Amino acid sequence: MKLNLHKLAKKIKLDKRSVYLRELVVECLEREQRGHVGSSLSLIEIIRVLYDDIIKFDSKKIKLNTRDRFILSKGHGCLALYVILFDKKFITKKQLISVGKFNSILGGHPEHIVPGIEFSTGALGHGFSIACGMALAAKIQKQKHKIFVIMGDGEINEGSVWEAALSVSKHKLNNLITIIDYNKFQSYGPLEQVSNMTSIKKKWESFGFEVIEINGHDINALKRTFKNAKKKISKPTIVICYTIKGKGLNFAENKPDWHHRSSIDELVVKKMKEELRKA
Amino acid sequence: MRNECLNSVLRLAKKNEKVIFIGSDLGAGVLSQFKKEIPNRFYMEGISEQHIIGMAAGMAKEGFIPYVNTIATFLTRRCFEQIAVDLCLHKLPVRLIGNGGGVVYAPLGPTHQAIEDIAIMRALPNMSVFAVSDKVEMKKLMDASLSWPYPMYIRLGRGGDEIVSSKKKFKIGKNIIYFKPKKITIVSTGVTTQECIQVVNSLKKKNIDCGLIHVHTIKPFDKKNFIKDIKNSSYIFTVEEHLASGGLGGVISEIMSGNNFSISKQVFRIGIEDKFVDRYGSQQELFSYLGIDAASIEKKILKIIKMKNEK
Repeated sequence: MKLNLHKLAKKIKLDKRSVYLRELVVECLEREQRGHVGSSLSLIEIIRVLYDDIIKFDSKKIKLNTRDRFILSKGHGCLALYVILFDKKFITKKQLISVGKFNSILGGHPEHIVPGIEFSTGALGHGFSIACGMALAAKIQKQKHKIFVIMGDGEINEGSVWEAALSVSKHKLNNLITIIDYNKFQSYGPLEQVSNMTSIKKKWESFGFEVIEINGHDINALKRTFKNAKKKISKPTIVICYTIKGKGLNFAENKPDWHHRSSIDELVVKKMKEELRKA
Repeated sequence: MRNECLNSVLRLAKKNEKVIFIGSDLGAGVLSQFKKEIPNRFYMEGISEQHIIGMAAGMAKEGFIPYVNTIATFLTRRCFEQIAVDLCLHKLPVRLIGNGGGVVYAPLGPTHQAIEDIAIMRALPNMSVFAVSDKVEMKKLMDASLSWPYPMYIRLGRGGDEIVSSKKKFKIGKNIIYFKPKKITIVSTGVTTQECIQVVNSLKKKNIDCGLIHVHTIKPFDKKNFIKDIKNSSYIFTVEEHLASGGLGGVISEIMSGNNFSISKQVFRIGIEDKFVDRYGSQQELFSYLGIDAASIEKKILKIIKMKNEK
C-alpha cells in the first residue's frame, strides 16, 4: 500500500495549474536565490486543493469570523503557500517576488503580518498545538468553521506534536483536519536514517485518529478526501499525503540536498524552467 | 498567594466569558470549583507544558484570555521557544502563572527552583513580568490582568506571607515606595520586599536611614519615576529571590549604566550567586543560606557602607 502510493506519487503527471504554481515558486527562487525547494514542491497540490476547493476564505475580508483557519506548521514550505496567496489575491505579484528582500513582508518562513497567514511558523512542532487551541475556541463558541494544519513528516519528530496529539484526541476535535506531508525525507536524509518515523499510520491510529492515506499529488483524491474529512463527526482526522520531495523537478526529486538551496543561480533557474516545460 | 491567584482566575472567569484556565496535571482538586461551575473553560491537559502554551496561544488568537498554570521552572525553562514565538511574537494576552518562583520548592531541589525565571522572561520582547509581595497585592494584579494587552509572566512566591501591601495603591508598571528613598535605598521585588521592610526598620534603630522601593512589575519597568526617586541616593541595593544577575539587579544596573546623574551612584546586587542551589530544607533556611534573608541583607549593607565610609 505505502510503496504503491509513493510510486503513484512519483509517477503522476502534473496538470497545467500545478505546473503554473511551480513556475511561480521558481520565479520566487530566481529572485531570492535561495529557499526550501524540495519542501515547498511536495506541498503544492495539497495547498492548491485546500484553497481551490475546501477552505472557506475571502481574500478581501481576511478576518471574517466564519473563515476556515489554515496553519502551515512546516513553515519552511512557505513558497507553496505564498504562490497560492498570490493566486487567490491575498498578496500582489510585486509582494510575491519580493520574498526575502529587506523590505518584503514575505520571508523564509510565514509571518502572521502577511494577509491570509493566521500564525507565524518556522520553529517546528508548534502549529499543531495552535490549531488545537483554535479548534477548542471554535467549539466553545459553537462556531462551524474548520481548522486545517499541515505538518512535515520530519516535523513530527518533535515531542510537542505528540503532546498535542493526546490533547486533540482527548477532546475529539473533529473540527480539526491534520495533514502530513509524507515525502519521507527530512533535512539530513531519508526519515528512516534520521529518526524512526515508521508505521506512521499505526502511530496516529493508536493516538485515536481516523487515518487516511492518499497520493498527495492526486488532485481528485485530495479533493475527495478533504471533503469527506470535513464531514467526519466522531474523531479527529489525519490525512497522510504520500508526496515526492521536489516534485516536478526531476533532478531534485527525493534528493536531500534540495531540501533547502542557498545558491540558486541563473543556470539552476534555467534548468528548473526547462524541467517544468517538460512536465 | 497561590490560592488567591487561582481563586482570582475563577472570579475573573465568572465576570468575563473569555477567561480560560489551563493547567498541566496540577495537584488533585486544584480549582475544582472552576471545573464544576464553568467546565467548558477549564482544561487540565496532562504533563505537556509545551503543548499547553501553543494551545493557549491558539485560543488567545481567537479572542480568549487563557491563564496557564504550572510549576515556574517547567514554564520558563521547558517552554521558552513556545513562549517566545507563540505568545510574544504574536503579542497574545496569555497569562503564565508560575508556581514556586525562587526557592519556594526548597526540598524539591534545583529542578524545581526557579532562580532564573525573571531573567529568562524579561529577555523576551512584549513579555511583562510580575513578582508581587503578598496575596493582597496578588489580587490587585489579577484584577488588572484582565485588560493588560500583552503576555504576562506572574511569579508566585511562598504562601502564607505576611501582608505588607494593604494600604498601597497598585498599578501595573508603577513601583511602590515603602520608605522614602535616602542616600541608601533598597530596591526589592516579590516576597523579598517583606525581608527588606525588616531591614529598613532594623537600620532605623541603628540611626541609619534607608529607603525602600518595591518593584512588582519588573517589566515594563517604571524607569522614569525610578530615576526621579533615586535622585539623591548614592548607594542602591537590589534584593531578590533570584540570581543576582539578569533579574531586578540586571534591570537596575542597565538603567544606571545608561543615565547621567549629578550625584554619583553605585549599585550593589543582592541575590543568589551564579550557581544552582545545593541545599534542601525550608525556604527560610535557604534564604539564610543564600544570603537573602533580612539578617544577611542588613549585614551586607552595613559592610558596604562601612567600607565606603572608611575610604
